[in-house]
Amino acid sequence: MRDVAIVAFAQTDHLRRTDELSEVEMLMPVLHEVLDATGLRTSDIGFTCSGSSDYLAGRAFSFTMALDGVGAHPPISESHVEMDGAWALYEAWVKIQTGEADTALVYAYGKSSPGQVRDVLTRQLDPYYTAPLWPDSVALAALQAQALIDAGDTDEDALTAIAARSRAAASDNPHAQLSGDVPAGDYLVRPLRTGDCPPIGDGAAAVILAAGDTARALCERPAWIRGIDHRIEAHGLGVRELTDSPSTRLAAERAGVFERPVDTAELHAPFSSQEVVLRKALGLDGRVRVNPSGGALAANPLMAAGLIRLGEAAARIHRGESDRALAHATSGPCLQQNLVAVLEGESTHA
Amino acid sequence: MPEVLSAPLVVEFPFTRSLGPVQSAFLTGLRERTVLGVRTGAGLVLVPPVEYDPVTAEEIHDLVEVAATGTVTTWAWNPTPRRDQPLETPFAWVLVRLDGADTALLHVLDAPGPEAVRTGMRVRVRWAATRAGAITDIACFEPYESEPGEPAPHDGEFADPVTGIVTPARLDYTYSPGRAQSAYLEALAGRRVVGERCPSCRKVYVPPRGACPTCGVATDERVEVGPCGTVTTFCVVNIKAKNLDIEVPYVYAHIALDGADLALHARIGGIPYDQVRMGLRVEPVWTEGSRHPDHYRPTGEPDADYDAYKELV
Repeated sequence: MRDVAIVAFAQTDHLRRTDELSEVEMLMPVLHEVLDATGLRTSDIGFTCSGSSDYLAGRAFSFTMALDGVGAHPPISESHVEMDGAWALYEAWVKIQTGEADTALVYAYGKSSPGQVRDVLTRQLDPYYTAPLWPDSVALAALQAQALIDAGDTDEDALTAIAARSRAAASDNPHAQLSGDVPAGDYLVRPLRTGDCPPIGDGAAAVILAAGDTARALCERPAWIRGIDHRIEAHGLGVRELTDSPSTRLAAERAGVFERPVDTAELHAPFSSQEVVLRKALGLDGRVRVNPSGGALAANPLMAAGLIRLGEAAARIHRGESDRALAHATSGPCLQQNLVAVLEGESTHA
Repeated sequence: MPEVLSAPLVVEFPFTRSLGPVQSAFLTGLRERTVLGVRTGAGLVLVPPVEYDPVTAEEIHDLVEVAATGTVTTWAWNPTPRRDQPLETPFAWVLVRLDGADTALLHVLDAPGPEAVRTGMRVRVRWAATRAGAITDIACFEPYESEPGEPAPHDGEFADPVTGIVTPARLDYTYSPGRAQSAYLEALAGRRVVGERCPSCRKVYVPPRGACPTCGVATDERVEVGPCGTVTTFCVVNIKAKNLDIEVPYVYAHIALDGADLALHARIGGIPYDQVRMGLRVEPVWTEGSRHPDHYRPTGEPDADYDAYKELV
């Protein structure tokens, strides 16, 4: 296996709407920021991979327009995943492992403001038995939350506390959409209140990956990806045990999370109740700092929020605030698919 | 900065899907007020049924009939129903394990309020008055006290089975094209075409998208191009498009407007289709009230030199 690290990370300020910006206009500043941080130019990048979804824009092949921001002429080696950019990062990591590239640019973006995101997300559900009922994303998360409450794993006060802690942490994150005191709010779909649900907004993120000595040359303290894995569970919600996340646990095991303690965890839990599930699956206790960025409850640009978890974890390693961090991304209803990575600073790699 | 434009955008499609034998039996069964499940190799009964065992991935088709009564395994109260959801009044989303099944079905429960719903409560299917072979043949669940029953074998055979479903979907958006394209559209309203020049390579892109695809940098220097241009390449269209009132054959061409470094495409008129050629000089023809040139026609100028437009072919 090659040593591969995240060497740069940038994200936009996450906003409720960005009508004045096209997707590429929203994305371009973060592309420039990660390139500038490393001194690389587009022509230096070995592989480019992005994550986004046409359903957010309501237009087919919307991602091809975003490529203008990369400078895709003369031709570059490029790929796209129709899901969160965390999976684009995984693809880029695999590409570097094959030896075909030494560096990769990974970016992700999502503008949720043009549509009704609760309705849009119903289109990812099984089209025979589930999607015709239009169960929106909040409703499905609420079913999972009630299952957790019934199982005694949490209660509404504990969920409110998770939301409050996340948004208080976001006070230190200038990019967050929501921060500071946010009232628990009314029930959106009971037992979830507005405070338990992520903000709807627009945003983008980008990272640069590099292998071995290239990474050391580009970054003072690279965030080495010591392990990365992703796993999925059955599509039918009624088949799954909603109070647990065996896919997260298995991905974490394969990524090597349980070999040594982590000091930081960036969890992609758009709903407060999902943090309860993830903490249990990952065996996180009070010694681990969870979502110092505020997490997805403070900013949830769809398709970028998972990549941001990897970027935030890496940035803490870059700054020397973490030595061994866990980053998690999710996709699908009720944590159906989960990606887990372990990132380490150089000093702990011996 | 000009005002950013926005407009409603509706994406609507009736998706037609064929059904496999298990899905066909299940949805036909709903039409006949019969709920079917499928038994896995390990003996579990899955409702709704799937064609492959979620654990072993083995193909499964051992159908059984389960009861139309069951138990709520989890729920969520929805105070504000959204468009196309099964009930228009506040309701509970529920996962229901039907009697005889080992897995739960997602649907909705008609109840007066959240205080009337709890995990473990007994419910039954309320059938839709008209049923077509779809999950919505179950109108909803309703509270109903009864004793659980056992699954019974079922051959899955029905007269006139449902073999496909049509699932209509509609999503509503408000489309905003952003700063660069708004400026392009606003200029068009004044019968002008504007592009943007890249600060790095100096090329003028039209329509502008706010970025140079070669350099990957923001473009913001607005440049008026045209109105005349040169045909760089073309094709002859021989098939009449539905709802398009243009006689065939006609020519569709790439046109490099004067001052632009990217060709636009448009229809060529005012000249027989077999006389259109690369290098032909053309000008736009606007029709009353249009927000876009209807077509381009020859200007009568001599043809442009190939060298003048070869980079744009």
